[in-house]
Amino acid sequence: MQLRQIAELLRARVLSSEHMLDTEVQNAFCCDMMSDVLAFASNQSVLLTGLLNPQVVRTAMMMDMHCIVFVNGKEPTPEIVSLADINDIVVMVTEASMFRAAGTLFDTGLLNTEEE
Amino acid sequence: MAALNFHFDIDGEDFSSAGEASVEMKKKLRQLGFPSDVIRRCSIAMYEGEINMVIHANGGSADVAVYPDKIVIVLEDHGPGIPDVELAMQEGYSTSTEQIRNMGFGAGMGLPNMKRYTESLEIETQVGVGTKLTMVVAV
Repeated sequence: MQLRQIAELLRARVLSSEHMLDTEVQNAFCCDMMSDVLAFASNQSVLLTGLLNPQVVRTAMMMDMHCIVFVNGKEPTPEIVSLADINDIVVMVTEASMFRAAGTLFDTGLLNTEEE
Repeated sequence: MAALNFHFDIDGEDFSSAGEASVEMKKKLRQLGFPSDVIRRCSIAMYEGEINMVIHANGGSADVAVYPDKIVIVLEDHGPGIPDVELAMQEGYSTSTEQIRNMGFGAGMGLPNMKRYTESLEIETQVGVGTKLTMVVAV
């Protein structure tokens, strides 16, 4: 699935790195604890989170993730958007809850782990 | 064989900048052409250490020595030290504050993660003096 399709499915606004929207992704991970992302995410490309700080972007960078979806309409600060933009990470904001956003993406075949 | 060395100062004053040194190291390892899984394991291990130093020790320093067959990461701080290393190594054990947890860290996964992603993790610590971590990632 392309990141562009994720934005459409979640009716999300794209705030950074629009040139990366054709990137293909197969996996996603949902979490507000960045410690858990570092511990349990493996080869996931999309991070769904309700946490708003620059460490979300740095954590995504460490994990080679391509996209961060902020749920519940949470608006990232310009600092967060800019950090993502210069590192080619797509940031989007959806009004959907974490549960609904994850369910929507799961329904379309996006998986949780590479083994599934 | 001589190593390529990188030194980073970790600022403990500003949590929002925590992770910058790890990002820099990751870029350098990528420029040097290491495999992506090696880069990721180094990055995660150093990032966890960097966050720990900012949370617990008011910053410190990181020295990364790059060899053809391994990468050695040494993190050193002059923080409070770790009173019970065995306890600190348990997944889920944390002395972090609610404020740190609200920032997405302090789940008690830091040291266990560093061990998980590296070939070896050596902890030298003295209460009231500081902590030195030496991690080795094989290429």
